[in-house]
Amino acid sequence: MRDVAAAPSVLRMAGVSKSFGATRALDDVSFVLGHGQVHALIGENGAGKSTMMKILSGAIAPDAGRMEIDGRPYAPSGPADGLRCGVSMIYQELNLAPHLTVEENIMLGREAHTAGWLDRKAMMRKVRESLELVRHPEISPEVPVGRLSVGAKQLVEIARALTNRSRIVVMDEPTSSLTQEDSQRLFEIIRGLKGQDVSIIYISHFLEEIQRVADSYTVLRDGRSVGSGTMEGTSLEDIIQLMVGQKFTQLFPKVEHTVGEPVLSLNSLKGTRMASPVSLTLSKGEILGVAGLVGSGRTEMLRTLFGLDEAEGGAVVVSGAELTGRRPWTRIRRGLGLLSEDRQGEGLAPALTVADNMTLSDLAPYRRHGLLSPSRQRRAVAGLIGTLKIKAKGPDQKVGDLSGGNQQKVALARLLHQKASVLLLDEPTRGIDVVSKSQIYELIGGLAREGKAVLFVSSYLPELLGICDRIVVFHRGVLVESRPTSAWDAAGLMAAATVGRTSREKPIEQRNTV
Amino acid sequence: MSRQRRTGVGRALNLFGPFIGLLLVIALFALIPEVQGRFLRAANFKSVATQSVIVALGALGMTLIIISGGIDLSAASNIALASVITAYAINAGAAPILAILLGVLTGGLVGLVNGGLVTRLRLVPFIVTMGMMGIARGAAKWIAGNQKIDAPMTWVNELMSRSPRPPWLLLAPGIWIVILFAVAMAVLLKYTVFGRHIFAVGSNEATARLCGIRTNQIKILVYAISGLFCGLSGVMEFSRLTVGDPTVAVGLELDIIAAVVIGGGSLSGGEGSILGTMVGVLIMSFLRNGCTMMGWPNYIQEIIIGAIIIVAVALDRLRHRTA
Repeated sequence: MRDVAAAPSVLRMAGVSKSFGATRALDDVSFVLGHGQVHALIGENGAGKSTMMKILSGAIAPDAGRMEIDGRPYAPSGPADGLRCGVSMIYQELNLAPHLTVEENIMLGREAHTAGWLDRKAMMRKVRESLELVRHPEISPEVPVGRLSVGAKQLVEIARALTNRSRIVVMDEPTSSLTQEDSQRLFEIIRGLKGQDVSIIYISHFLEEIQRVADSYTVLRDGRSVGSGTMEGTSLEDIIQLMVGQKFTQLFPKVEHTVGEPVLSLNSLKGTRMASPVSLTLSKGEILGVAGLVGSGRTEMLRTLFGLDEAEGGAVVVSGAELTGRRPWTRIRRGLGLLSEDRQGEGLAPALTVADNMTLSDLAPYRRHGLLSPSRQRRAVAGLIGTLKIKAKGPDQKVGDLSGGNQQKVALARLLHQKASVLLLDEPTRGIDVVSKSQIYELIGGLAREGKAVLFVSSYLPELLGICDRIVVFHRGVLVESRPTSAWDAAGLMAAATVGRTSREKPIEQRNTV
Repeated sequence: MSRQRRTGVGRALNLFGPFIGLLLVIALFALIPEVQGRFLRAANFKSVATQSVIVALGALGMTLIIISGGIDLSAASNIALASVITAYAINAGAAPILAILLGVLTGGLVGLVNGGLVTRLRLVPFIVTMGMMGIARGAAKWIAGNQKIDAPMTWVNELMSRSPRPPWLLLAPGIWIVILFAVAMAVLLKYTVFGRHIFAVGSNEATARLCGIRTNQIKILVYAISGLFCGLSGVMEFSRLTVGDPTVAVGLELDIIAAVVIGGGSLSGGEGSILGTMVGVLIMSFLRNGCTMMGWPNYIQEIIIGAIIIVAVALDRLRHRTA
């Protein structure tokens, strides 16, 4: 491994190893973080990034190896000790207490006090400063965090790390729930932090983003450090190659499929949580992309369509007949299947097994005289585990123990198992590794070839452009534009999503698409 | 801007919601001609307040536990045990103040053990305290030799007296003790780091740990404090009965929990307030009082209080949705 730090190093990790039972999560990893540098930590899910960061934060202790901060040995006894030594973490899963206010969350664990009595004024001042720093002074410090949007929560989390005056800030997928605009602000904040001599370890699946913000990188694969260097002069292809080794060929596998007759149409469907009525048509064998910013109304449309949110107007026609039932189970019977954007909270039951999760929406085949047959359930699921290349010990493993990518495949497998003919996928590749992504794209392509219809909501433009036949764009709750994918480019999609119109002089209107 | 205004209204509702319930209950009986005259008398209010002391003390501690995301099913058994210990000590010739101290500390010890088991063995509070419910009750019966312990009259028995001495106290000393500790706990929850950490542990324990809060320490303290309150409540129970009765207060833990829940506490943690809990205690006491005056049988009271609990929680949900 080359030493990449041209600047003097603030953090050194040398020969760090960690095993969990028989699995070697980290194997002799060394890592150097330069002063005021942004260092990207890259790797598939399960490559060892989170283990490494947990060791750095003090949440777990390494089996071997040592760490130094500013040349002094660093062996944190716990996260609190890590914080004291100047290491802050911004986690991917939001770590906020929903009942506590913004101020209470930001100051949690380091409240200003005199002999145990809170000094609210001092804390309020600090919190206002840090919200200023993330350029969102309009977030009220007194609002309970549970009432904020996901993006705002992420900003609160970032503000929390900033108030700690840390030397080292670890950001784990910080932009995964931010809008484009807030991501830009985050990058500015990062530049500002660098100027104040704060060093940042940046973990992200968005490689383009890494290329923009990082000075240097380290790639982990299967618990080993397989390469590191300066970002300058390194291409994304090089990094992807390092990440995946030999197994990776093409990010967007082309699966030939033909678009058939219409199977789903929304006629001015309006839900109680939708800003305005939406009309669109989806055909058999079609992959229809849905682009738009976070909060632009895409998820609400899917949820209304699936009966999770209440509809208050319009109609949905599936295979020529209007939907009558209101609840999700009636929609499932008509062939609809929804993949939730919230994998942990809604999409899966983490404590249940792979087999139970996959068959939950259709247990009828395994029932005889009112009793379930777990063995038949397991047999049926074994095939799906193979088809979807799910890395699990077997049908009986708990879903919560799988990596993010494999969890998502289990969630997808449920839709296959229930034989959904119209798949509503909400951010199916969010927060998962490149290889799993590619496998999911291939799977979606295969479904289209079988004549299934796919509605594919995503905030990641390259994948929309890579696999969809047609893309519609949402802006502030309105479906503003629909075109075949060949007529879109990334800039056009971004323009439509951010300003509600494209470079062409099309009027902003609800267009009924064919 | 609108969001902030909405939360303002929500907060007001949160604060006054339980009060509205209390006023409704009082208004209900105040409007019934048969009981109006007796019900609205100051003496009656005084007696309701005195009857509330035992549940109120238990509920103070329970509020902390429920906010921290826990539960204590052993509260009532703990109260009985403390009352037996107090009687036992006085009977054995201990100075009253020493007997009180012993009773309170016994309660604290039971709470400490609860907290220790919950944190060290990582057991669910429901299970630990359900076990402790049996253990404390059994211990109380054992110490009392399976019968009531008679104790000579001392000033301890005046703590719950409706005509206190000196008369300028107006209310039973027990009521003043409740008010004093209620204010202390409300201040603790709102203005101290410890109080804030109790909310944090209940709202999201993982986050609290991540932020460097010693969550186990917080929980142990919360259970110990709650135990102390149960001990004090046991002393009041003894004061009221003038004997140490190991079979007293059976099922009272549910009244205590109900008071916290009616007052806005959430069994999933992170929510609750002392003021709300105290109002919850009063709502139940006034209901019992009114029903008794009406001459309604016990089972009617039970049905009404059961319904009130469900309605209170349902209203709470509604309040949260509109807020």
